[in-house]
Amino acid sequence: MTKFIRKQRYLIDFTLSSLLRRKTKNLGLLLVYTLIVFILASVMLFTHALRSEAGIILQESPEIILQRMVAGRHALMPAEYLEKIGRVRGVVRKEGRLWGYFYDYATKSNYTMMAAPDKGLSNSEVIIGAGIARVRWLGIGDFISFNSFDGKTYTFEVKEILDSESELVSSDLVLMSETAWRTTLGVPEGYFTDIVLSVRNPREVSKIAGKLTLKLPDTRPILRDEILRTYDSVFAWRQGITFVLLAGAVLAFVIFAWDKASGLSAEEKREIGILKAVGWETGDVLHMKFWEGGIISLSAFMLGYLAAYVHVFYGSAVLFEPVLKGWAVLYPEFHPVPFIDGMQVATLFFFTVFPYTVATIIPIWRASITDPDTVMR
Amino acid sequence: MLFVTVAVLLIALTVVDASYRRHGAEEALQQRGQLVAELALTDLALFTEARYTRHPSQSDLHSAFQDHPMALEYFPTGSFLSPPRRYRP
Repeated sequence: MTKFIRKQRYLIDFTLSSLLRRKTKNLGLLLVYTLIVFILASVMLFTHALRSEAGIILQESPEIILQRMVAGRHALMPAEYLEKIGRVRGVVRKEGRLWGYFYDYATKSNYTMMAAPDKGLSNSEVIIGAGIARVRWLGIGDFISFNSFDGKTYTFEVKEILDSESELVSSDLVLMSETAWRTTLGVPEGYFTDIVLSVRNPREVSKIAGKLTLKLPDTRPILRDEILRTYDSVFAWRQGITFVLLAGAVLAFVIFAWDKASGLSAEEKREIGILKAVGWETGDVLHMKFWEGGIISLSAFMLGYLAAYVHVFYGSAVLFEPVLKGWAVLYPEFHPVPFIDGMQVATLFFFTVFPYTVATIIPIWRASITDPDTVMR
Repeated sequence: MLFVTVAVLLIALTVVDASYRRHGAEEALQQRGQLVAELALTDLALFTEARYTRHPSQSDLHSAFQDHPMALEYFPTGSFLSPPRRYRP
């Protein structure tokens, strides 16, 4: 066993010095290879982290949201629908939600305006998300104005700024009293945006949703499970689309690597011939070339993965920011929590390290079973 | 050999670091969850440019082109957001 290990060590030493003899070519290959692994691993780590985080925090979202639909579009919910729902077995709480959007011409961004009766806000106070505070340069005690639906301007004092730790869900939120919300957005008394319901037993949710649709045929229930599934598929879709966009680059690399790994240069053939002439066996040559492929692909994987980890979890995936930002002015500053899927990493490892290593072996085997004299010529 | 050892150690370190940071973020995650529960929030504030990208889970079938008949589709968000599952065949 010790002899075997020692032999492999010598082979690795020899392989490394052989790789260093063709420094520029091999470093170029390593760089491109590392870059490919870096991009793939970054997408994978980022989407999985976001998907996991969304899954955890949205687990707290309402079990059922009831929206009223008029001509296929979301309409305001009359308050009497709360009474129409009446007593439904299993529903422990039901209340109207008041929320909507406000387009701010000053910053050209959309805010999500929400009434928060439990926050104890007066009619001239608001709580804002950290994203709004950033784009409007606001602090606690500063004032912010909103143009109401009828053209009047109302000014509010910033009572609190929501914790920047929660920016992923609250970056664009403006919380205000119910009266202030209705006055600004023009939704009359007796109407809500939608209704949220809490259900005691999660297994009864779909049954209750069915009952609600029968009682109120012009409404549609949105279940928490659907919200979670939406985000799950959003990130799966995002990852898939990115991989498709990257497919061209990956294929170009595969062709390049295959060509490099499977086609032997005259110099490499000569090297094999010399090794065989000085007494190396076919197995030794194969071992050496196995290590060569292994060292390059393993190094590329490790360097690429480490760089991706630092990029996503320490650099907040700064390279993806323009894609995520899109047209939005308000973009949450957030640091993804490192949720890592071992299976995904293993898959990436398998598809990056294994094919290259195997691709190097076959042509070497062909060259190393031929007569040294023929190979050297 | 030294390089491989260092790289393997660094990868092992990422596992330890990830677990440490996850542990450290538990409270923040809990706070975010509490805010979601308290305000009955439904969506992430990742795409704020249009209402149907801000709240994809709440959007309806008529969302496209509702801002203006000539409005361009929001790119790249529109391409990166898949339709909610309930609308797919």
